[in-house]
Amino acid sequence: MNADVSSSGPPLVELKGISKRYGDLLANDGIGLSIEPGEIHALLGENGAGKSTLVKILYGVIEPSAGEIRWEGRPVSIGSPVEARALGLGMVFQHFSLFDELTVAENIAVALSGDWSLSTVRAKLGEISRTYGLALDADRAVWTLSAGERQRIEIVRCLLQKPRLLILDEPTSVLTPQEAEHLFGTLERLSAEGCSILYISHKLEEVRRLCRRATILRAGRVVATIDPRASSAREIAALMVGNEVGEVRTDAPQRIQGEMLRVANLSLPPAGLHGQALRNIDLVARAGEVVGIAGVAGNGQSELFAALSGERLADRADAIVIAGKPSGTLGIDARRRLGAAFVPEERLGHAAAPTHRLSENTLISHAASEVSRSGFILLNAAKRVARSIVQGFDVRTPEGDPQARKLSGGNLQKFVIGREIIRRPKLLIVDQPTWGVDAGAARLIRQALVDLARDGSAVVVVSQDLDELFEVADRMAVIHQGSLSPLRPIGEWTREAVGLEMLGVAQAPGATHAV
Amino acid sequence: MRFELTPRTNVNSAMRIAASIAAFITSFLIAGFVIWLMGRSPIAAFDVYVLQPLADPWSLQELVVKATPMALIAIGLSYCFRANLWNIGAEGQYVIGAVLGSWIALRTHGTEAGAWVLPLMLLLGILGGAFYGLIPAFLKTRFGVNEILTSLMLVYVAQLTLDYLVRGPWRDPKGFNFPQSVTFDPAATLPPVFEAGRVHYGAVFALVAILVTAVVLGRTLFGYRLKLTGDAPRAARFAGFSSKATTMAVFAISGGLAGLAGISEVSGQIGQLQPSISPGYGFTAITVAFLGRLNPIGILVASLVVALTFIGGESAQILLKLPLDLTQAFQGILLMCVLAADALVSYRVRLVNRGGGK
Repeated sequence: MNADVSSSGPPLVELKGISKRYGDLLANDGIGLSIEPGEIHALLGENGAGKSTLVKILYGVIEPSAGEIRWEGRPVSIGSPVEARALGLGMVFQHFSLFDELTVAENIAVALSGDWSLSTVRAKLGEISRTYGLALDADRAVWTLSAGERQRIEIVRCLLQKPRLLILDEPTSVLTPQEAEHLFGTLERLSAEGCSILYISHKLEEVRRLCRRATILRAGRVVATIDPRASSAREIAALMVGNEVGEVRTDAPQRIQGEMLRVANLSLPPAGLHGQALRNIDLVARAGEVVGIAGVAGNGQSELFAALSGERLADRADAIVIAGKPSGTLGIDARRRLGAAFVPEERLGHAAAPTHRLSENTLISHAASEVSRSGFILLNAAKRVARSIVQGFDVRTPEGDPQARKLSGGNLQKFVIGREIIRRPKLLIVDQPTWGVDAGAARLIRQALVDLARDGSAVVVVSQDLDELFEVADRMAVIHQGSLSPLRPIGEWTREAVGLEMLGVAQAPGATHAV
Repeated sequence: MRFELTPRTNVNSAMRIAASIAAFITSFLIAGFVIWLMGRSPIAAFDVYVLQPLADPWSLQELVVKATPMALIAIGLSYCFRANLWNIGAEGQYVIGAVLGSWIALRTHGTEAGAWVLPLMLLLGILGGAFYGLIPAFLKTRFGVNEILTSLMLVYVAQLTLDYLVRGPWRDPKGFNFPQSVTFDPAATLPPVFEAGRVHYGAVFALVAILVTAVVLGRTLFGYRLKLTGDAPRAARFAGFSSKATTMAVFAISGGLAGLAGISEVSGQIGQLQPSISPGYGFTAITVAFLGRLNPIGILVASLVVALTFIGGESAQILLKLPLDLTQAFQGILLMCVLAADALVSYRVRLVNRGGGK
């Protein structure tokens, strides 16, 4: 490896006219991008703008249809991640590739090429941990670690190979605000040592905090390369989305009425080996309000959703009361008949069957309603329902009644949320309503949730996106290791307070959620 | 170098039908090649296997007789397979259905028992098969035991039970020590559909089962439940469909239909119990179900096609001295060709260079 780190010569890496075509879709269209040594460069764009495709090309995972990559001025072809790593690229993926059962050191050792023994890994790990403030216990099993710690493993794994360019894909999506701040410190330190960083995100604030140059992608093209500190968040958002993103209107008159959901002292053992137990959850949602549940991924959100929806039953009927009826031991269908509706986190495979048409997918949650009669499916009614969801929620479909998998993430999410809202539920429980959804769709979904509450339903939104909760929620609680903090009006929460609750170190006055 | 499968975007039904026809032609070509390698004329073999049985009225009846149990079993299996549950033990359910139904026939043998005998036999045949099918379903839902293993192993239990019965307690005392039961009375015999014909009422049961299944799978919530359970099990739970109830239901249905096939075959075709009452219908029906793409009408066609290979195989053995194993080999070739054609029509195959731009 060459050692001319801080030369004033050519950029470390330069992409010229990179294009990638999938059938009719041009995922990348003539993209140009250059990164200087030691620079923290942001790659901004909505979901589906082509960020992942571009990064996968750079990392040798996919082959570009056209274009050139220059590394320190020399044209190179990167045929595989192995070649990318040999060149000096390191990548931290959004979804971790770790073995839960192995220890930290073992996980790092398996990913490195042969000549690393476990003891060298351990020694190096200690060294890097100290240098960059990435505290890690080499002998802990991965499944006992938080998402932030898991991410550190991935980062350390890259750093062991002394990368010249580190690529991070949405690194803060699983972190608390405090953990994110810690990560920024590490990245700045790396940058000061001459390591370039390509930072992929759709969160403007952190890009402005960290980067001096940002390349903005929209629909596969570079729309601008800017200094994010010199532009307002609104201007950048407009560049990303292509038009002004409106804000969610929450000013409709609000009438809080009776309790639609009361959860009292709900505890559940973990479902699987690595599941999270629920501990003494108390929660009330009243008609007319949006209740937000914040928390870092993996703190019991999916367990809470499964318990509320009835996919997992509680041991006492009165642990969950829906519309006045003790429902803890009722299945999901019975809860739907009480007027509840549910939208799980996973769109494909959980909320919708990928290979089924939208009309068939309406059957999943409408089985008790107008789409069937005495056990028979009313196909025309199902098609009608699907059509009114598509129209009412601006679902863009490639054909009249397509398979669910043919919809983009945002459009399918609009469909599965619309499918529940169109039933006019008295209680709607949504897990991660806008996860991986573009800004336009996210706004539409949030507005629909707020409108439903203003029309007199109770809405419970479980989300990792704090901005989203501050935008839509009337009251909020934070879930941490299966315990829920007290519900408080949204105005009483600050980001810092939420962050402390997420870490489980809050000392809220009067809080009584002992573990 | 490696193969990459990319899904084709617009596949219409005409392409699928064309692919099925191509699969048939290909399998005939392969089989013809094998026959040529064995030193026989492929043309003569085609004549013996396909044309002669179709030209002869007796063979045509035989075709329906052979297709009947396979269609009944396969249509039942399609319930399981759609829900991604693997009942491999239809052969056992078929045998137990036959045994339980025959019990009535043997108890009433030589008595004046009337018209209630046959319906009761059929009912017990269905119940016996359903009960036997529920054993692996129960073991799966209660203890998480793999249903493929248990259903398959129970086949041997059923076959040995039948073997014991016809060699022991149920042996015909006047049967010169042959391991077989007495011949059923007329009251316990499933009559032919047409006077003096070979086709018995089992064929009607099969047709009814196919039509009912077409409605159930295509038009009812229960049918959708199976499809959803098979295609997206988490979505099925989300829809409120209990996977345990689904498992029990489809095993009961497929076991019941296999049992009905068994008692129909014994009472309408064989006329007594003997150590072997099936040339492997329960296993061949798995092939039939997939040849028919788990579609009721497809299964009807596939059962006739496979029955043709059985009959053609028997005459080929006599006329051309071709081994009967060739029939099974051909059934395998046919299934592979149909599945391959289906994959090729759904996916585009591309050969890619692993190294990339080197």
